[in-house]
Amino acid sequence: MSKFKKKQAETKQAVPTSAMPDVVFMLLIFFMVTTVLREVELQVQVQYAQAENIQKIEQKRLVSYIYIGPQRLGNNRLGETKVQIDDTLVDDMGAIRNIMYDKIMEEPRLIVSLRVDQDSEFGIITDVQQELRHAGTLRINYSTLREI
Amino acid sequence: MLDKKKKKEEPEINGSSLADIAFLLLIFFLVVTTIDVDAGIGLVLPPIPDDTTPPPPVRDRNLLNILVDAQGRVLMDGEIAVISEVRERVKDFVDNPNNSPDLSESPDDAVVSIKTDRRTPYNVYINMLDEVMGAYAELRNQESQARFGVPYDSLEDDSVEQEEINDAFPKRISIAEPDEG
Repeated sequence: MSKFKKKQAETKQAVPTSAMPDVVFMLLIFFMVTTVLREVELQVQVQYAQAENIQKIEQKRLVSYIYIGPQRLGNNRLGETKVQIDDTLVDDMGAIRNIMYDKIMEEPRLIVSLRVDQDSEFGIITDVQQELRHAGTLRINYSTLREI
Repeated sequence: MLDKKKKKEEPEINGSSLADIAFLLLIFFLVVTTIDVDAGIGLVLPPIPDDTTPPPPVRDRNLLNILVDAQGRVLMDGEIAVISEVRERVKDFVDNPNNSPDLSESPDDAVVSIKTDRRTPYNVYINMLDEVMGAYAELRNQESQARFGVPYDSLEDDSVEQEEINDAFPKRISIAEPDEG
Protein backbone atom coordinates (compact mmCIF):
# COMPACT_ATOMS: atom_id res chain seq x y z
CA MET A 1 0.00 0.00 0.00
CA SER A 2 2.68 2.42 0.99
CA LYS A 3 4.62 1.60 -2.13
CA PHE A 4 1.68 2.54 -4.26
CA LYS A 5 1.32 5.90 -2.56
CA LYS A 6 4.93 6.78 -3.13
CA LYS A 7 4.66 6.28 -6.82
CA GLN A 8 1.76 8.66 -7.14
CA ALA A 9 3.55 11.40 -5.28
CA GLU A 10 6.37 11.36 -7.76
CA THR A 11 4.28 12.69 -10.66
CA LYS A 12 4.67 16.39 -11.37
CA GLN A 13 1.80 18.54 -10.19
CA ALA A 14 2.72 21.92 -11.69
CA VAL A 15 1.06 23.13 -14.90
CA PRO A 16 3.70 24.28 -17.32
CA THR A 17 3.33 28.03 -17.71
CA SER A 18 6.09 28.64 -20.19
CA ALA A 19 3.57 28.94 -23.03
CA MET A 20 1.55 31.62 -21.25
CA PRO A 21 3.44 34.59 -22.71
CA ASP A 22 2.79 33.22 -26.18
CA VAL A 23 -0.91 32.95 -25.51
CA VAL A 24 -1.06 36.42 -24.06
CA PHE A 25 0.93 37.83 -26.95
CA MET A 26 -1.44 36.28 -29.39
CA LEU A 27 -4.39 37.94 -27.66
CA LEU A 28 -2.44 41.18 -27.53
CA ILE A 29 -1.75 41.13 -31.24
CA PHE A 30 -5.38 40.36 -31.96
CA PHE A 31 -6.53 43.39 -30.00
CA MET A 32 -3.85 45.61 -31.48
CA VAL A 33 -4.97 44.71 -34.97
CA THR A 34 -8.67 45.16 -34.31
CA THR A 35 -8.42 48.31 -32.22
CA VAL A 36 -9.43 51.60 -33.69
CA LEU A 37 -8.22 54.20 -31.28
CA ARG A 38 -10.71 56.74 -30.11
CA GLU A 39 -9.34 59.64 -32.04
CA VAL A 40 -11.84 62.38 -31.57
CA GLU A 41 -12.96 64.39 -28.63
CA LEU A 42 -16.65 65.02 -29.07
CA GLN A 43 -17.58 68.65 -28.82
CA VAL A 44 -21.20 68.13 -29.69
CA GLN A 45 -23.73 65.93 -28.01
CA VAL A 46 -25.09 63.11 -30.09
CA GLN A 47 -27.95 60.88 -29.10
CA TYR A 48 -28.56 58.40 -31.83
CA ALA A 49 -31.90 57.78 -33.41
CA GLN A 50 -33.16 54.23 -33.58
CA ALA A 51 -34.03 52.15 -36.59
CA GLU A 52 -34.71 48.55 -37.47
CA ASN A 53 -33.45 48.09 -40.98
CA ILE A 54 -29.82 48.89 -40.54
CA GLN A 55 -26.66 47.71 -42.22
CA LYS A 56 -23.32 47.23 -40.61
CA ILE A 57 -20.25 48.88 -42.03
CA GLU A 58 -17.67 46.15 -42.08
CA GLN A 59 -14.62 48.14 -43.12
CA LYS A 60 -14.00 50.73 -40.47
CA ARG A 61 -11.04 52.17 -42.33
CA LEU A 62 -13.32 53.50 -45.04
CA VAL A 63 -15.49 55.44 -42.67
CA SER A 64 -15.25 59.13 -41.99
CA TYR A 65 -17.49 60.66 -39.37
CA ILE A 66 -19.43 63.87 -39.28
CA TYR A 67 -21.03 64.72 -35.97
CA ILE A 68 -24.03 67.00 -35.85
CA GLY A 69 -25.66 68.05 -32.63
CA PRO A 70 -25.95 70.75 -29.98
CA GLN A 71 -22.58 72.08 -28.86
CA ARG A 72 -21.38 71.16 -25.39
CA LEU A 73 -20.64 74.28 -23.41
CA GLY A 74 -19.64 72.85 -20.04
CA ASN A 75 -21.76 72.63 -16.88
CA ASN A 76 -24.07 70.36 -18.86
CA ARG A 77 -25.34 73.24 -20.91
CA LEU A 78 -25.96 72.82 -24.59
CA GLY A 79 -25.57 75.44 -27.26
CA GLU A 80 -26.62 75.70 -30.84
CA THR A 81 -26.49 72.82 -33.29
CA LYS A 82 -23.01 72.55 -34.77
CA VAL A 83 -21.14 70.34 -37.18
CA GLN A 84 -17.96 68.60 -36.08
CA ILE A 85 -15.53 66.89 -38.41
CA ASP A 86 -12.54 65.17 -36.85
CA ASP A 87 -11.49 67.38 -33.96
CA THR A 88 -12.87 70.72 -34.92
CA LEU A 89 -16.20 72.39 -35.18
CA VAL A 90 -16.94 73.61 -38.66
CA ASP A 91 -18.65 76.97 -38.71
CA ASP A 92 -18.40 77.65 -42.39
CA MET A 93 -20.44 75.12 -44.32
CA GLY A 94 -18.41 75.76 -47.47
CA ALA A 95 -15.32 74.34 -45.78
CA ILE A 96 -16.90 70.89 -45.55
CA ARG A 97 -16.62 70.56 -49.30
CA ASN A 98 -12.84 70.96 -49.26
CA ILE A 99 -12.32 68.72 -46.26
CA MET A 100 -14.38 65.92 -47.74
CA TYR A 101 -12.86 66.38 -51.18
CA ASP A 102 -9.40 65.81 -49.72
CA LYS A 103 -10.65 62.74 -47.92
CA ILE A 104 -12.18 61.13 -50.96
CA MET A 105 -9.01 61.76 -52.93
CA GLU A 106 -7.17 59.67 -50.34
CA GLU A 107 -9.80 56.95 -50.14
CA PRO A 108 -12.14 56.71 -53.12
CA ARG A 109 -14.41 54.20 -51.43
CA LEU A 110 -15.10 56.54 -48.54
CA ILE A 111 -18.33 56.16 -46.59
CA VAL A 112 -19.43 59.18 -44.63
CA SER A 113 -21.16 58.28 -41.43
CA LEU A 114 -23.50 61.00 -40.26
CA ARG A 115 -23.85 60.86 -36.52
CA VAL A 116 -26.73 63.17 -35.92
CA ASP A 117 -28.48 63.98 -32.69
CA GLN A 118 -32.06 62.79 -32.88
CA ASP A 119 -33.53 66.14 -31.89
CA SER A 120 -31.84 68.02 -34.70
CA GLU A 121 -33.72 69.76 -37.43
CA PHE A 122 -33.12 68.57 -40.93
CA GLY A 123 -32.01 71.88 -42.42
CA ILE A 124 -28.43 71.58 -41.25
CA ILE A 125 -28.24 68.02 -42.53
CA THR A 126 -29.51 69.19 -45.90
CA ASP A 127 -26.69 71.75 -45.98
CA VAL A 128 -24.11 69.10 -45.10
CA GLN A 129 -25.51 66.73 -47.70
CA GLN A 130 -25.34 69.42 -50.36
CA GLU A 131 -21.68 69.97 -49.50
CA LEU A 132 -21.04 66.23 -49.62
CA ARG A 133 -22.60 66.08 -53.06
CA HIS A 134 -20.38 68.91 -54.24
CA ALA A 135 -17.35 67.11 -52.85
CA GLY A 136 -18.38 63.88 -54.55
CA THR A 137 -18.67 61.83 -51.36
CA LEU A 138 -21.97 60.23 -52.18
CA ARG A 139 -22.01 57.16 -49.98
CA ILE A 140 -23.45 58.11 -46.64
CA ASN A 141 -24.77 56.30 -43.65
CA TYR A 142 -27.08 57.65 -40.99
CA SER A 143 -25.75 56.19 -37.77
CA THR A 144 -28.52 54.67 -35.71
CA LEU A 145 -28.93 52.26 -32.88
CA ARG A 146 -30.83 49.04 -33.33
CA GLU A 147 -34.42 49.42 -32.26
CA ILE A 148 -35.40 46.89 -29.65
CA MET B 1 40.90 29.36 -14.81
CA LEU B 2 38.74 32.42 -15.14
CA ASP B 3 37.36 31.19 -18.42
CA LYS B 4 36.26 27.95 -16.94
CA LYS B 5 34.23 29.66 -14.28
CA LYS B 6 32.32 31.77 -16.79
CA LYS B 7 31.38 28.79 -18.88
CA LYS B 8 29.70 27.14 -15.99
CA GLU B 9 27.27 30.04 -15.46
CA GLU B 10 24.53 29.59 -17.97
CA PRO B 11 23.63 32.94 -19.53
CA GLU B 12 19.86 33.19 -19.35
CA ILE B 13 17.41 36.03 -19.42
CA ASN B 14 14.70 35.73 -16.87
CA GLY B 15 11.53 35.41 -18.93
CA SER B 16 8.99 35.13 -16.17
CA SER B 17 8.08 38.82 -16.24
CA LEU B 18 7.41 38.69 -19.96
CA ALA B 19 3.91 37.50 -19.28
CA ASP B 20 3.29 40.44 -16.96
CA ILE B 21 4.41 42.95 -19.55
CA ALA B 22 2.26 41.32 -22.17
CA PHE B 23 -0.72 41.32 -19.80
CA LEU B 24 -0.26 45.00 -19.12
CA LEU B 25 -0.29 45.80 -22.82
CA LEU B 26 -3.25 43.50 -23.34
CA ILE B 27 -5.24 45.28 -20.66
CA PHE B 28 -4.36 48.65 -22.17
CA PHE B 29 -5.69 47.61 -25.54
CA LEU B 30 -8.76 46.01 -24.00
CA VAL B 31 -9.63 49.26 -22.27
CA VAL B 32 -8.93 51.43 -25.29
CA THR B 33 -10.76 49.27 -27.82
CA THR B 34 -14.15 50.40 -28.97
CA ILE B 35 -16.18 47.51 -30.21
CA ASP B 36 -19.15 49.60 -31.17
CA VAL B 37 -20.09 48.38 -34.57
CA ASP B 38 -20.94 51.10 -37.00
CA ALA B 39 -24.44 50.48 -38.07
CA GLY B 40 -26.96 52.68 -39.70
CA ILE B 41 -29.10 53.32 -42.72
CA GLY B 42 -26.95 53.45 -45.82
CA LEU B 43 -27.85 55.73 -48.66
CA VAL B 44 -26.22 57.01 -51.81
CA LEU B 45 -26.71 60.68 -52.50
CA PRO B 46 -27.50 61.73 -56.04
CA PRO B 47 -24.63 63.56 -57.72
CA ILE B 48 -24.94 67.29 -58.32
CA PRO B 49 -27.00 67.64 -61.49
CA ASP B 50 -25.13 68.68 -64.58
CA ASP B 51 -26.34 71.76 -66.37
CA THR B 52 -25.70 70.22 -69.76
CA THR B 53 -27.53 66.94 -69.26
CA PRO B 54 -31.12 67.21 -68.09
CA PRO B 55 -32.22 64.61 -65.52
CA PRO B 56 -33.77 61.52 -67.08
CA PRO B 57 -37.53 61.83 -67.31
CA VAL B 58 -39.47 59.77 -64.82
CA ARG B 59 -43.09 59.03 -65.56
CA ASP B 60 -45.46 60.25 -62.93
CA ARG B 61 -46.76 56.80 -62.07
CA ASN B 62 -43.23 55.59 -61.41
CA LEU B 63 -42.56 58.26 -58.85
CA LEU B 64 -43.60 58.13 -55.22
CA ASN B 65 -43.11 61.45 -53.50
CA ILE B 66 -42.63 61.34 -49.78
CA LEU B 67 -42.50 64.66 -48.00
CA VAL B 68 -41.76 65.08 -44.34
CA ASP B 69 -42.87 68.56 -43.37
CA ALA B 70 -41.81 70.90 -40.58
CA GLN B 71 -44.42 69.52 -38.17
CA GLY B 72 -43.13 65.99 -38.69
CA ARG B 73 -46.09 64.91 -40.78
CA VAL B 74 -45.49 62.46 -43.58
CA LEU B 75 -47.14 63.17 -46.89
CA MET B 76 -47.16 60.50 -49.58
CA ASP B 77 -48.04 61.88 -52.98
CA GLY B 78 -49.66 64.81 -51.23
CA GLU B 79 -51.79 62.84 -48.78
CA ILE B 80 -51.05 62.75 -45.10
CA ALA B 81 -49.99 59.28 -44.01
CA VAL B 82 -49.07 57.70 -40.71
CA ILE B 83 -45.52 56.35 -40.32
CA SER B 84 -46.83 52.82 -39.80
CA GLU B 85 -48.54 52.72 -43.19
CA VAL B 86 -45.50 53.93 -45.12
CA ARG B 87 -44.08 50.44 -45.40
CA GLU B 88 -47.21 48.89 -46.94
CA ARG B 89 -47.70 51.82 -49.29
CA VAL B 90 -44.11 51.63 -50.53
CA LYS B 91 -44.37 47.88 -50.99
CA ASP B 92 -47.59 48.27 -52.96
CA PHE B 93 -46.08 51.02 -55.03
CA VAL B 94 -42.87 49.18 -55.90
CA ASP B 95 -44.27 45.72 -56.41
CA ASN B 96 -47.69 46.72 -57.79
CA PRO B 97 -49.16 43.22 -57.54
CA ASN B 98 -52.53 44.20 -59.09
CA ASN B 99 -51.00 46.14 -62.00
CA SER B 100 -52.75 49.30 -61.00
CA PRO B 101 -52.21 52.10 -63.54
CA ASP B 102 -51.38 54.57 -60.77
CA LEU B 103 -48.51 52.58 -59.32
CA SER B 104 -45.12 51.80 -60.78
CA GLU B 105 -44.77 49.88 -64.03
CA SER B 106 -42.18 47.52 -62.61
CA PRO B 107 -39.98 47.44 -59.50
CA ASP B 108 -37.11 48.40 -61.75
CA ASP B 109 -38.76 51.68 -62.72
CA ALA B 110 -40.03 52.66 -59.29
CA VAL B 111 -38.39 55.71 -57.76
CA VAL B 112 -39.02 56.81 -54.22
CA SER B 113 -38.31 60.49 -53.89
CA ILE B 114 -37.80 61.89 -50.43
CA LYS B 115 -38.18 65.54 -49.66
CA THR B 116 -37.72 67.33 -46.41
CA ASP B 117 -38.22 70.75 -44.98
CA ARG B 118 -35.55 72.72 -43.16
CA ARG B 119 -37.41 72.26 -39.89
CA THR B 120 -38.19 68.56 -40.29
CA PRO B 121 -37.38 66.67 -37.09
CA TYR B 122 -34.51 64.28 -37.72
CA ASN B 123 -35.96 61.29 -35.91
CA VAL B 124 -39.19 61.42 -37.93
CA TYR B 125 -37.08 61.41 -41.09
CA ILE B 126 -35.11 58.41 -39.84
CA ASN B 127 -38.28 56.55 -38.89
CA MET B 128 -39.70 57.20 -42.33
CA LEU B 129 -36.48 56.12 -44.06
CA ASP B 130 -36.43 53.04 -41.86
CA GLU B 131 -39.90 52.11 -43.09
CA VAL B 132 -38.90 52.60 -46.72
CA MET B 133 -35.82 50.42 -46.20
CA GLY B 134 -38.05 47.90 -44.44
CA ALA B 135 -40.35 47.78 -47.43
CA TYR B 136 -37.45 47.01 -49.76
CA ALA B 137 -36.05 44.45 -47.33
CA GLU B 138 -39.40 42.64 -47.22
CA LEU B 139 -39.78 42.68 -51.00
CA ARG B 140 -36.27 41.31 -51.48
CA ASN B 141 -36.91 38.70 -48.87
CA GLN B 142 -40.13 37.58 -50.59
CA GLU B 143 -38.37 37.41 -53.92
CA SER B 144 -35.50 35.45 -52.45
CA GLN B 145 -37.91 32.99 -50.85
CA ALA B 146 -39.77 32.59 -54.11
CA ARG B 147 -36.68 32.09 -56.27
CA PHE B 148 -34.26 30.27 -54.04
CA GLY B 149 -36.31 29.24 -51.03
CA VAL B 150 -34.00 30.96 -48.58
CA PRO B 151 -34.30 34.32 -46.84
CA TYR B 152 -32.43 37.23 -48.36
CA ASP B 153 -30.15 37.56 -45.35
CA SER B 154 -28.75 34.08 -45.80
CA LEU B 155 -27.57 34.82 -49.33
CA GLU B 156 -23.87 35.41 -49.51
CA ASP B 157 -22.67 38.95 -50.06
CA ASP B 158 -21.88 39.74 -53.70
CA SER B 159 -23.08 36.33 -54.79
CA VAL B 160 -24.88 35.83 -58.08
CA GLU B 161 -28.15 35.18 -56.27
CA GLN B 162 -27.93 38.36 -54.27
CA GLU B 163 -27.11 40.39 -57.36
CA GLU B 164 -30.13 38.89 -59.07
CA ILE B 165 -32.45 39.96 -56.27
CA ASN B 166 -30.85 43.40 -56.10
CA ASP B 167 -31.36 43.82 -59.82
CA ALA B 168 -34.98 42.78 -59.53
CA PHE B 169 -35.62 45.22 -56.71
CA PRO B 170 -33.09 48.02 -56.98
CA LYS B 171 -33.29 50.62 -54.25
CA ARG B 172 -34.00 53.74 -56.20
CA ILE B 173 -34.29 56.23 -53.41
CA SER B 174 -33.71 59.75 -54.44
CA ILE B 175 -33.18 62.77 -52.26
CA ALA B 176 -35.05 65.65 -53.81
CA GLU B 177 -33.23 68.89 -54.47
CA PRO B 178 -33.69 71.22 -51.53
CA ASP B 179 -35.58 74.42 -52.05
CA GLU B 180 -33.58 77.54 -52.60
CA GLY B 181 -32.99 79.81 -49.66
